[in-house]
Amino acid sequence: MKQKMFADAALAVGTGQGAATKTTISAKFAKFRELGLLAVIVLICIGVQIRNPSFLTWENINDIAANTAILSILSVGMMLVIITRGIDLSIGATLALSGMIAALTVKAHPGLHPLAALLLGFAVGLACGIVIGFLVAKVGILPIIATLGMMNVFRGLTYEASGGKWVSAHQMPDSFKQIATGSLLGINNLIVIAVVIYAVAYYFVSHTRTGRQVYAVGSNPESAEISGIKTKRILWLVYTIMGGLTGLAGVLWVSKFASAQGDTASGYELSVIAACVLGGVSIAGGSGKISGIILGAVLLGILNNALPMINVSPFWQNWIQGMIILAAVVFNALVKRGIDRNNLMRRKI
Amino acid sequence: MKKVLTLGLAAVMAVTLLAGCGGNNKEAGASGGGSPSASAGQPSDAGGKKRLAIIFKNTGNPYGEKQMEGFKKAVEENGDEAILKAPDQPTAEAQIQMIEELISQKVDAIAIAANDPDALQPALQKAMNAGIKVISLDSAVNAQSRITHVNQADPERIGRTLIQGVSEMIGGEGEIAILSATSQATNQNTWIEWMKKELEDPKYANIKLVKVAYGDDLRDKSVSETEALLKSYPNLKAIIAPTTVGIAAAGKVLTDKGLKDKVKLTGLGLPSEMAEYIESGVCPWMYLWNPIDVGYLAGYTAEALVKGEITGAVGEKFTAGTLGEKEIVADGDGTQVMLGDPFKFDSGNIAEWKEVY
Repeated sequence: MKQKMFADAALAVGTGQGAATKTTISAKFAKFRELGLLAVIVLICIGVQIRNPSFLTWENINDIAANTAILSILSVGMMLVIITRGIDLSIGATLALSGMIAALTVKAHPGLHPLAALLLGFAVGLACGIVIGFLVAKVGILPIIATLGMMNVFRGLTYEASGGKWVSAHQMPDSFKQIATGSLLGINNLIVIAVVIYAVAYYFVSHTRTGRQVYAVGSNPESAEISGIKTKRILWLVYTIMGGLTGLAGVLWVSKFASAQGDTASGYELSVIAACVLGGVSIAGGSGKISGIILGAVLLGILNNALPMINVSPFWQNWIQGMIILAAVVFNALVKRGIDRNNLMRRKI
Repeated sequence: MKKVLTLGLAAVMAVTLLAGCGGNNKEAGASGGGSPSASAGQPSDAGGKKRLAIIFKNTGNPYGEKQMEGFKKAVEENGDEAILKAPDQPTAEAQIQMIEELISQKVDAIAIAANDPDALQPALQKAMNAGIKVISLDSAVNAQSRITHVNQADPERIGRTLIQGVSEMIGGEGEIAILSATSQATNQNTWIEWMKKELEDPKYANIKLVKVAYGDDLRDKSVSETEALLKSYPNLKAIIAPTTVGIAAAGKVLTDKGLKDKVKLTGLGLPSEMAEYIESGVCPWMYLWNPIDVGYLAGYTAEALVKGEITGAVGEKFTAGTLGEKEIVADGDGTQVMLGDPFKFDSGNIAEWKEVY
């Protein structure tokens, strides 16, 4: 299924080239697309609810939200990276590394404040992101190659740091585990953190100059450069943001599952990319919306939660998940084609 | 000029590669008892010390390290030298490369925890043709690629013990579910078959197996599957998770949801991972074989083969150090040595074992 996602991504690259600038028509299409995604989510919910009445209960919705929080945090960073026509395959490894270092630290110093552990993981992730950003922006290595290479480097560092051992629940202080199990005003911390990150990210991409420049760099790097945007700096920035968010997610992951292993979140980057693609982020760069990736992540989260509950064989689970992702991507490609055709037609007049 | 440069670069690369290989071997030799002979790639019969090698699936696996430790212990008890090896990645290709290296080093025996049952056949047969005694441990290779296999635990005993344990926990009555690894995992599927056979016994008439869920040995998926089990079967009394990641994930979910007294948990897990949940009572007890013993038994099996005490045929017996006498039994079209019943970890002994692995 994961290979399929890759194939889909490639497909999107093929059809989405030269994506639309902001026009009223494309805006309408984009809006319609998200409504379509919402409709898919509602349909799935109704279908699952009929088969298993315990699906739409407060407890289960809470579980879905908490389980999707980490994925959705990572999607924000991935969206920024993909908007600049890049991709980051190293986040699974970065997540493992920062989570492992945070876990080892709290194991050695159980009295450490949980916030300090969060900051530490964030810093480790940030450092990883800075290195990747440097390779991509300054050295000029293709993002897929740079991140593929660093993925192995970070994974190796994780094993090296831990000596191949796992950090288990009994080695972590309760305060650390409560990062993920605790709640603020009755809402799980993970959800709170994700919501805060989404609010900040929304402000960043829509209302700050740098945020808009990210889109400019993605839709047309040459024009962006000519118009005075420091494209290299923007590229460096998005990989750094991705790294920082991944570092944060790493600590949350380890705290949530109360275990840090060397192969934590191995292959998780593909789920994150899938959430972005589902949410309408174009692999060709230049387009992607916060509201879209929320829906994309929620859809994946619901699939992960619902498929075990409707009692289908594990073989079909993968098939169903793959088909839904495929359908969403094909839909995306068709919409893009429509937009392109509309643009051409307008040019004739 | 360019040609010279190319040649020079190629030479540098070749030297680096060689140095890399040498480094690897030295490392293995050092961990195997500090003998410098391993890096030479030449036989070292001078001292009369036999050299027995173990190849685990991959590095960085605490379970594998304990196995190698047990193997080393057994070999050193016999006054021989152990060579411990494991590739960075759990692939058959990497293991084949290591087997080739060991063949050229002319070791006396190779014990391997295989990453693939069939792919290693050509390399292992080449080793056996070179007079090296080949056994597999933990994860078997096919019968043609080995002399015998050291089985960590009897699948039948594991399956039956798990059901007996869960029946005791829930008082012989109620709904139970299994949280396994992947739906394709050979080990888990065999154990589940034996669990189902044990459940056919009339004394378990009141126990109902409602679902076998698959968490794919991934934390996030195992958590989702556990949550789904709890919601789909509100009367669930117990979960059996015969897999390390699954049982720890289930323990975490039951802890977070405060279901300690409502749903019991047992299965096969790592003591260090499960210590928290065994001490808190979420998991009253669980089972696992002792990886040190697996390696130790493999060490003694390899020694017995090298010394000619056994040939790997059914019915032969040998003494495996502190484990006592072991007998070779049939396993499909090959043979194997069984370690015995799985070891039970409960609140009484977990404090000691959580430090071990």
